[in-house]
Amino acid sequence: MSRVSVVTDPDEAVAGIADGSTVLVGGFGMAGMPVDLIDALIRQGASDLTVVSNNAGNGDTGLAALLAAGRVRKMICSFPRQSDSWVFDGLYRAGEVDLEVVPQGNLAERMRAAGAGIGAFFSPTGVGTPLAEGKETRTIDGRDYVLELPIRGDVALVHAHVADAMGNLVYRKTARNFGPVMAAAAALTIAEVSQVVPVGDLDPENVVTPSIYVNRVLDLAGAAATKGSNPEPARTEAS
Amino acid sequence: MTVEHTERGPLDRKELAALVARDIPPGSFVNLGIGQPTMVGDYLDPAAGVVLHTENGMLGMGPAAVGDEIDTDLTNAGKIPVTELPGASYFHHADSFAMMRGGHLDVCVLGAFQVSQRGDLANWHTGAPDAIPAVGGAMDLAIGAKQTFVMMTLFAKDGTAKLVPECTYPLTGVHCVTRVFTDYGVFQIGPDGVVVSETYGISFADLATRVDVPLSTGETLPG
Repeated sequence: MSRVSVVTDPDEAVAGIADGSTVLVGGFGMAGMPVDLIDALIRQGASDLTVVSNNAGNGDTGLAALLAAGRVRKMICSFPRQSDSWVFDGLYRAGEVDLEVVPQGNLAERMRAAGAGIGAFFSPTGVGTPLAEGKETRTIDGRDYVLELPIRGDVALVHAHVADAMGNLVYRKTARNFGPVMAAAAALTIAEVSQVVPVGDLDPENVVTPSIYVNRVLDLAGAAATKGSNPEPARTEAS
Repeated sequence: MTVEHTERGPLDRKELAALVARDIPPGSFVNLGIGQPTMVGDYLDPAAGVVLHTENGMLGMGPAAVGDEIDTDLTNAGKIPVTELPGASYFHHADSFAMMRGGHLDVCVLGAFQVSQRGDLANWHTGAPDAIPAVGGAMDLAIGAKQTFVMMTLFAKDGTAKLVPECTYPLTGVHCVTRVFTDYGVFQIGPDGVVVSETYGISFADLATRVDVPLSTGETLPG
């Protein structure tokens, strides 16, 4: 029996996520956003969440809907302010959500470090800027660096293109973005995928996220077949 | 020495983008920032073999997608649908920023609120108390590429120059900008200060009175 559970019910996929969890949410804008898992998380009801994601929601779906439902205590992201981030903007200005802004490369590397067992790292990004204030700095070979700590998730929600039944993942184009890094950085990684194929059907040379990082797979095609609807989740055009 | 183009007006946005494109060496790996820098791509000669990087995980980015080409899984850093060119590659975010921070990109082109005479860059936050801070990849880009180019209008709406002795807006990066392309001229920032390589619609002498930074024509510099 596989250690990975492949399910077609989104609610089953997100079962057990606790209040107060740190949730890593994949996607760059809506590309790679795990919309079905987020919708299920809203129904599941976990609250007081810390969400780590590049943006802070676009339009009214996906992460924006989770924010609008009042489940997020803190956002850790690189670029919250966008033309279509009105949900986050309103909550932030009302003081209802905390914000930690992290340079995008440091955000990715902090999660990579968590997944790779690195205790901290010195980054040249942000040196001399407000985002380095209060952080330890060091000069190495004449260059200045800032100490950055790992960001570890209790849960990662990612969107991939294809999984096999063991949980190996393949992504599609720039929708890959934070998926592989987040999958490795969380204690519980849940991947929604457009298609699940039998073990052996993915070329091992092409696997991007090895199955060891994946705990649950939500088969969107299977979920759609169960419901008799379109397998592709509704997408909002990012601006 | 400074080449003065006083017989004409300042550069418009398209001319400025074309000027930046002219200074990108053939075969370079280049990141074009969100907004105006994206326009530089329209003026790169396809035969020059410049490879565009987008920080959301791609080398070999093509022009904006139109019609049936639009694919929501394929966007640039501004989340605009784009296309892929032959030889393109995809990679995850940590790899994308490792290639940037690791000094593998030849040039990045960014917009700016202010650039200081030492090459400090301010382009992410006005510091206004009601502004929601958002940095994106700007800090990583500013310090990561071998050369950081800035393109901006030289003067703010209130008429003050954006090339300044010290940035008053919050910094994006320290000592990182090497060349500033503006509508009124091109500025090279190096250890010997700011050298004006070209002017447009203004003489060097007039420019020097309107910018509160010591400017050089480059003629007296050693080497």
